[in-house]
Amino acid sequence: MTPRLETRYLGIELRNPLVVSASPIGKDVERLVRMEEAGAAACVLPSLFEEQIEHDSMAVHSVLEYGSESYPEALSYLPEMVAYNTGPERYLDLIGRAREALSIPVIASLNGSSPGGWTSYATQLQDAGADAIELNVYFLATDPDETSDAVERRYLDIVAAVRSAVTVPLAVKVGPYFSSMANMARRLVEAGADGLVLFNRFYQPDIDLERLEVVPNVVLSSSVELRLPLRWIAILKGRVDASLAATTGVHDQFDVAKLLLAGADVTMMASALLRHGSGRLREIYDGLIEWLDLHEYESVEQMKGSMSQAGVPDPESFERANYMETLASYVIR
Amino acid sequence: MTRPVVTVDGNEAAAYVAHRLSEVISIYPITPASPMGELADAWSSIGKPNLWGTTPTVIEMQSEAGAAGAVHGALQAGALTTTFTASQGLLLMLPNMFKIAGELTAAVIHVAARTVATHALSIFGDHGDVMAARTTGFAMLASASPQEAQDLAAIAHAATLRSRVPFLHFFDGFRTSHEIAKIERLTDDDLAAMIDPEAIAAHRRRAMDPEHPVLRGTAQNPDVFFQAREAANPFYDGVAGHVEDAMEELASLTGRRYRLFDYVGHAKAERVVVLMGSGVGAAAEAIEALVAAGEKVGLLIVRLYRPFDTAAFLDVLPETTRVVAVLDRTKEPGATGEPLFGDVVITLADAAASGRTMPRVIGGRYGLSSKEFTPAMVKAVLDEAGKESPRPRFTVGILDDVTGLSLSVDDSFRPSTLGVIGALFYGLGSDGTVGANKNTVKIVGESTPLHAQGFFVYDSKKSGGSTVSHLRFSPTAINSTYLIANASFVGVHQFDLLEKMEVLDRAADGATLLLNSPYPLDTVWVHIPIEVQRQIIDKHLRLFIVDATQVAMDAGLGRRVNTVLQTCFFALSGLLPVDEAIEKIKASIAKTYGKRGEAVLDRNFAAVDAALAALFEVKVPTEVSGDARMRLPVPVEAPAFVQSVTAEIIAGRGDLLPVSALPVDGTFPTATSQWEKRSIAFEIPIWDPSICIDCARCALVCPHAAIRIKYVDESTLVGAPDWVLTAGTKGKDFPDKRLIVQVAPDDCTGCSICVDVCPARSKEEVKHKSINMEPKEAHLAAERQRFDYFLSLPEIDRREVEVASLKGSQALRPLFEFSLACSGCGETPYLKLLSQLFGDRLMVANATGCSSIYGGNLPTTPWAVDGNGRGPTWSNSLFEDNAEFGLGMRLAVDIRGDVARAALRGLGGVLGDELVTGLIEADQSSEAGLADQRARVAAARERLEAVDSPEARATLPMLDSLIRKSVWIVGGDGWAYDIGFGGLDHVLATGRDVNVLVLDTEVYSNTGGQASKATPRAAVAKFAAGGKATGKKDLGMIAMAYGNVYVAQIAMGANMTQTVKAFAEAEAYPGPSLIIAYSPCIAHGYDLGEQMSHQKEATASGYWELYRFDPRMGQAEEHPFKLDSRASSMSFAEFARKEARFSMLAGANPDHAEELMRAAQEDIDERRRFYEQLAGLERGLPGEEVPT
Repeated sequence: MTPRLETRYLGIELRNPLVVSASPIGKDVERLVRMEEAGAAACVLPSLFEEQIEHDSMAVHSVLEYGSESYPEALSYLPEMVAYNTGPERYLDLIGRAREALSIPVIASLNGSSPGGWTSYATQLQDAGADAIELNVYFLATDPDETSDAVERRYLDIVAAVRSAVTVPLAVKVGPYFSSMANMARRLVEAGADGLVLFNRFYQPDIDLERLEVVPNVVLSSSVELRLPLRWIAILKGRVDASLAATTGVHDQFDVAKLLLAGADVTMMASALLRHGSGRLREIYDGLIEWLDLHEYESVEQMKGSMSQAGVPDPESFERANYMETLASYVIR
Repeated sequence: MTRPVVTVDGNEAAAYVAHRLSEVISIYPITPASPMGELADAWSSIGKPNLWGTTPTVIEMQSEAGAAGAVHGALQAGALTTTFTASQGLLLMLPNMFKIAGELTAAVIHVAARTVATHALSIFGDHGDVMAARTTGFAMLASASPQEAQDLAAIAHAATLRSRVPFLHFFDGFRTSHEIAKIERLTDDDLAAMIDPEAIAAHRRRAMDPEHPVLRGTAQNPDVFFQAREAANPFYDGVAGHVEDAMEELASLTGRRYRLFDYVGHAKAERVVVLMGSGVGAAAEAIEALVAAGEKVGLLIVRLYRPFDTAAFLDVLPETTRVVAVLDRTKEPGATGEPLFGDVVITLADAAASGRTMPRVIGGRYGLSSKEFTPAMVKAVLDEAGKESPRPRFTVGILDDVTGLSLSVDDSFRPSTLGVIGALFYGLGSDGTVGANKNTVKIVGESTPLHAQGFFVYDSKKSGGSTVSHLRFSPTAINSTYLIANASFVGVHQFDLLEKMEVLDRAADGATLLLNSPYPLDTVWVHIPIEVQRQIIDKHLRLFIVDATQVAMDAGLGRRVNTVLQTCFFALSGLLPVDEAIEKIKASIAKTYGKRGEAVLDRNFAAVDAALAALFEVKVPTEVSGDARMRLPVPVEAPAFVQSVTAEIIAGRGDLLPVSALPVDGTFPTATSQWEKRSIAFEIPIWDPSICIDCARCALVCPHAAIRIKYVDESTLVGAPDWVLTAGTKGKDFPDKRLIVQVAPDDCTGCSICVDVCPARSKEEVKHKSINMEPKEAHLAAERQRFDYFLSLPEIDRREVEVASLKGSQALRPLFEFSLACSGCGETPYLKLLSQLFGDRLMVANATGCSSIYGGNLPTTPWAVDGNGRGPTWSNSLFEDNAEFGLGMRLAVDIRGDVARAALRGLGGVLGDELVTGLIEADQSSEAGLADQRARVAAARERLEAVDSPEARATLPMLDSLIRKSVWIVGGDGWAYDIGFGGLDHVLATGRDVNVLVLDTEVYSNTGGQASKATPRAAVAKFAAGGKATGKKDLGMIAMAYGNVYVAQIAMGANMTQTVKAFAEAEAYPGPSLIIAYSPCIAHGYDLGEQMSHQKEATASGYWELYRFDPRMGQAEEHPFKLDSRASSMSFAEFARKEARFSMLAGANPDHAEELMRAAQEDIDERRRFYEQLAGLERGLPGEEVPT
């Protein structure tokens, strides 16, 4: 009998645990359709960045105003357009188009920069038809005077504010850099998160040695990177009352299987799909069925969390000691 | 019926009607008519229909001649057709206008009347252009205000269809075209009622159609031409009646009554002024005041100028008139009088012949090139008319101390304008003052019962230019068509302007002065120049200050202080309750900027909300104090002409210069920009010699020649003050010299391009380069001292320098310096380089455009001279003829050389055979050769001067012709690709030794960014708001097709060495040369401070390929085409996304943008393949594998 792949994420029934993560893939609805055809059970659209909107808006303003009303022969230098679409309109339109073209749930993603921005844009995403909203909460706390408590408070306030503004399910995507990840996870859920997306994978700056410039270095993920979400999903499974989504480092069916065993409700992919296209998703989908079948699992539900920290015989293997052992074995070799 | 009340300028008023009543609109940009075409294009691009539900087709042509041709054709084929133009544009339309009129074709041309270029170009208003069109057979209708520009536009369209005679509808450039006023808009019902559908049907029936063919445009012989010409007479006889009918219909619809000639004033007037155009407003005010004072005077307003209806004229002119004073806003040198004067004389003479009493008729000129025309001047004219023997011909508005024609004007005559609030605002173009004031006029005009008027005065500087806004508000209609002389409110939006401009000359006693002040309440007074303090005290002004810059900065708006000061104006003026004013300001901000995004609105709203809390009243002291003084316009050491003329223009007192002060033929000295120290930068580049690598790039790229380099001998520096900075040289060029890199602190515009290109970085802190932008005030005194010292150091001997190299070229003094181009201009670095390479023997023919404005717009010119007094000699003819103009120079240079050499051959006895041979056979291909020839010329001059013979005297003036000249034809892409292309093509084909430099900004930059054939596919520009759908013309390839033309395509930022090489090769090539230089412009929509880096990307993406085509190489059996840029390493999209001209379309219409971007990438790929093949690089067809 073919194993059953259904899973539940954010209270939404999904046909399998394979979800397209927030990435440039989501900008192209045709590409999303191909993903759906290849087996994707849901998709997260790329993030709407409030900061980008503000930047675009001021940039358009700046170039249109520069040199204008200054010189009698040329009171302006660029034509006024019917629309500049510096606001969220194009994103809202993308939600609408994705909803129309797809039968799988469409999850909108939001990165705000002001308290009002988070709630106002979240409401607009909901009104545009998003099945759920993923809050992409990210800021670097670079101010030495800002305490970790204050930083955490900002996260929680955002989640609480958005929760009170929208009714659709809410996922919160965070990075791992909290002193107490488990505590933070629980407080995020208490603040209103229906699910946690672990973890945000930030682009890290690099240095161009020839030009002596700091440059953004976009590197796609590899399977190695799934260890971090794997550990935390295993630890958090059963300890927080929320869906868990694994993202970062999901590249094949084996990665998916590991994360499901650890306790993920869904696994999200971007790098593998950017690199290999929708064909890879089909391979993973087929591979997952084959793996489940081979290992005689009846369903995804059956295996989910079976190797969480609570489910394994040696729970401390997910904790710090594990790292120590690995290091020790490496040295002996 | 209630009609919408709108606040628009004259251009928009006329264009609205033209667009509603046309099907084909054929256009070409020209100031001040460009906005009419732009509006029509903008309306059509969003599908706005005409009265009959069709969206008019708007097409931009290559010239006004082309636009007129297309108009003619569209009319022949039956479309309702219009166009807009001015000045030279109208002159280019003349041939077609004769045709259109000769064929009795209904059409309207709307003209924002502008001065025709004579001794100088002027973009401002007078009737020189329309008067040149009066023989075409077009009917001519004159509007005097924005309301009339709309109403008479409708009358013109109605009357032309009924009469079949085409109409030229005109109004005064700038004074009416750019004046914003509250007008009542005609509705579609009004327009429909005025346009006769049967007349349209008849227009269609006359059109060409193979279903009922006709022949039109025949050639006729002496037997019938004359009679045929007369056959049209009845149609002209009928025009006045049709115009009267249309005027009557408009009156019945709107209550606004116009007549062919209107009269205002005393019913039994003895002295009557006759004029047309915007001067009517000032004249009417004067007449009203004088009649009220008991004088028997009147004003006759001409509306239908052609055909001139003498009966209607006589009908309105009081029989009691003893003297008629006719005012013409044009000059017809050598004529018995100006045109309107002549018409009036003939009319009255004919009437006198029939028994009417002939009054005395006097005629005068006024208002040329928008010269101010006031009620006081009208009174002066009437006073003259009242004299026993009035001057028969005169001028008014100037002081003519040469021919004594000018009338004295008593400026104290100011008709009462009770209830009118006059407000003046002094600002910078960059602070947004004018934009906010336009909104203020709209707010008051559209949301209160008050009438509102806005007129804006700009200077001609493209960077750091100042603006003066003249706003009037009144419970009654405003007819004051002149500047405010008695303002009850003065806003000074930049504190620095207090020391540069006379900002309080026009302030009324007791007026309110609002200052944007960086100084607080307790110290601001002593920072105000004493001269200004004195005026504040004497005129009993109330003084308010606000630190608008800080408020704007806090709100995230940078230095755009406009909305802050606008809010303060409303609070102080009391035009509206403050809360209501703030609400309306925010609504206008939302309307103006709403499409750009919420952040823009939020920041402006924040600035408005914070404004009043920062507004304070200063208790004006009773005495002046402190030591602040107004600045002298030029330093005291400036030459006499600069002191007496240039300085007065700089100081804003040019109107007061008498005729005798000005050159008779438009010839001015060069090297004057050095005296106009504008000091407009907030930050200037500061040199750190400790890490300088002596690359000279900063100097090469500086658009304003404000970064200078000198290589000096150690010995020269002995005893130099310790604050003089020098560095050791690097490389082989100047091993024994010291390097000095110096900023001209008062001439720098702060564009920061020099910093962008500086490759030297500190090892300790990467952000620190060898050149760094730093706050000017902290460095000004020291850098002024250093710059003066720098100038005192000797220039390098050109023979010591490898001129045709990057470093060598920059060791030479620029002879193009401190231009008034935009900060960071992409064109001027090329001109500066040109001036360094060949400046001391350079002749420039400059096409009209940006380069003719920053190169030759008074008061100063950047073209300079070297220590020997030699330097570029420069002239601008027209826009369309520049290649031919430059060729003419070449022909003259050649023939003068031939004549001189012929003369020398007969002077061997005087000069010696060796000197004669040397002079005739001189090799002047190097700096040494040139120096030797100059020495020979000097020797010959000395010897000839010593011989008093006719031959010697005749030969002396020819000697300079023996020095090799470098003739350069310079212009922008609008000239080279469009309007002047035919001429350019011909000049290149002649094979003559001319050099053409095309400063390719890919749009008409000077008129505000209209598309040219150089505009690339996918870019938005005016007239291509939907993204240009066709590719850029490959001008270089067209020129190469001749085989004997040197062609180079360059981009300074992409390859500086190739740029310098191309100039040197082009100049050395003994035939025609063409350089196409990539010139970033603010119309590209990005920070020009980064333009040089961005030019690298232009080339790396294949968007702008670099190449040189040298026919000599072909003769040497090498590939003449050398592709200097490598295969692309980035996509076009990556390059384009940094420029608003490309990215705006992606925002507005992403699908279309993507399609165009894809096509643009294909253009690039295909062009690269083609160029590689030309260059002989081994390449195959697309997709084909090529064996390596």
